[in-house]
Amino acid sequence: MTIPNDLFYTENHEWISVDGKEAVVGITEHAQDELGDIVFVELPSVEEELDQFEEFGVIESVKAVSDVFMPVSGIVVEVNEELMDQPELINEDPYGSGWLIKVEVKDKSDLDELMDSSEYKEFIEGE
Amino acid sequence: MKKTAIYDEHLNLGAKIIDFGGWQMPVQYSSIIDEHKAVRNKAGLFDVSHMGEILVKGKDSLELVQKLITNDASEMDNGQVIYTPMCYEDGGIVDDLLVYRLKEDEFLLVVNASNTTKDFKWIKSNSELFKNVEVYNKTDYYSLIAIQGPISREIISEIVADDIENLKFYRFIETKINGFDAIVSRTGYTGELGFEIYLKSENGPKLWRKLIEIGADKGLVPAGLGARDTLRLEKALCLYGNDISEKTNPLEAGLSWTVKLDKKDFNGKKELVKVNKDGLNKKLVGFKMIDRGIPRHGYKIKMNGQEVGEVTSGSYSPTLDGNIGLAYIDIDKISIGKEVDICIRKREVKAKIVETPFV
Repeated sequence: MTIPNDLFYTENHEWISVDGKEAVVGITEHAQDELGDIVFVELPSVEEELDQFEEFGVIESVKAVSDVFMPVSGIVVEVNEELMDQPELINEDPYGSGWLIKVEVKDKSDLDELMDSSEYKEFIEGE
Repeated sequence: MKKTAIYDEHLNLGAKIIDFGGWQMPVQYSSIIDEHKAVRNKAGLFDVSHMGEILVKGKDSLELVQKLITNDASEMDNGQVIYTPMCYEDGGIVDDLLVYRLKEDEFLLVVNASNTTKDFKWIKSNSELFKNVEVYNKTDYYSLIAIQGPISREIISEIVADDIENLKFYRFIETKINGFDAIVSRTGYTGELGFEIYLKSENGPKLWRKLIEIGADKGLVPAGLGARDTLRLEKALCLYGNDISEKTNPLEAGLSWTVKLDKKDFNGKKELVKVNKDGLNKKLVGFKMIDRGIPRHGYKIKMNGQEVGEVTSGSYSPTLDGNIGLAYIDIDKISIGKEVDICIRKREVKAKIVETPFV
């Protein structure tokens, strides 16, 4: 199971990659594997402002419906439109072309609430 | 939590395990969509040993079966199977099941896993009305392996002692498979050519491995409960607990072909005759999503802002690459092609009523 070193993780299995003020959000390889074949994605509108850990969308696999939550507070600046027709990209490349949204981070200190890769690894092993 | 005799095989094959009706069952091995497509195009192997088997034997066994079920078992040949609901007096469905006539006065009732205990009690209490009948719960005695898909016959023919080329739909034979005594039945829950094999549970894992061994090269894959559900939904086959329950009757579930109202007395007859005469309030129909969204059990259905029904089953359909569902809708609102709104979370999403089966 891949858990990239340069990302931060939530207990709900989202990842966030931060570069300056901008960040990319997705779900982890572990999460997509647990869900199975992903067949539907619902994402927020651009410019929507969301709090940390607020629900921002829904991912559905054949069997399950799963909410996704904001790793940090911020404003949505882009959503991955490719996923509308190809939700399976999340299964195929969860840290790459299967990203969900890009956000403008409001307060970088939100990251203190998240796990780094080694903590997340421990977390999923303990689940 | 119970495990089938074949459980370790699922772990070896990397299955994801879920709790289903008190059993630890494989929900998928590789991917629900891939397993689904394998069954439609080649073949899939399912462990459905969690299903309950209840044996009814004795001189009065036919009379007991006739009292229990809405369908008619009186004309059944030995070697024949029928599908039927079993109702309470109020017409609500206790369970839906397969009835196998093993002998003149011996029947095997195959019931849903989650209902086995309830059904056994119900059948047992009904049996007290008759003198010469015995009821046994044989669930732990049997492994039940389903092989489903267009090449299923070709695969099992290699190891079945008798010729099954001419075994008709809803017929079975008692034979040997891979040297084990078994019931080989041309039945299934996928809408494809397929067989269900009942054998002594200790032989289950051996047969499972043998079938994988001889079938894998031809395209046979192990398939889990996830694919089983999407396969049955595409064929609009009812799932107890979703589409039918104690609160629904077989007529509104579209199962009137299994209800023989002219049959002598049976549980629920009085109420079902009345429903048939007065007309239905709602009926189970199929619908296809027009807009984006996946319908799920329990979602409300509206028409012009007014609530007209509820989704009972819904899923992505791998064959259609679209989203489909079954729903109870008020009878006066039903017509093929009519648009309805499915309430998915905070949105209302367009769907239309269609003919079933979907595939």
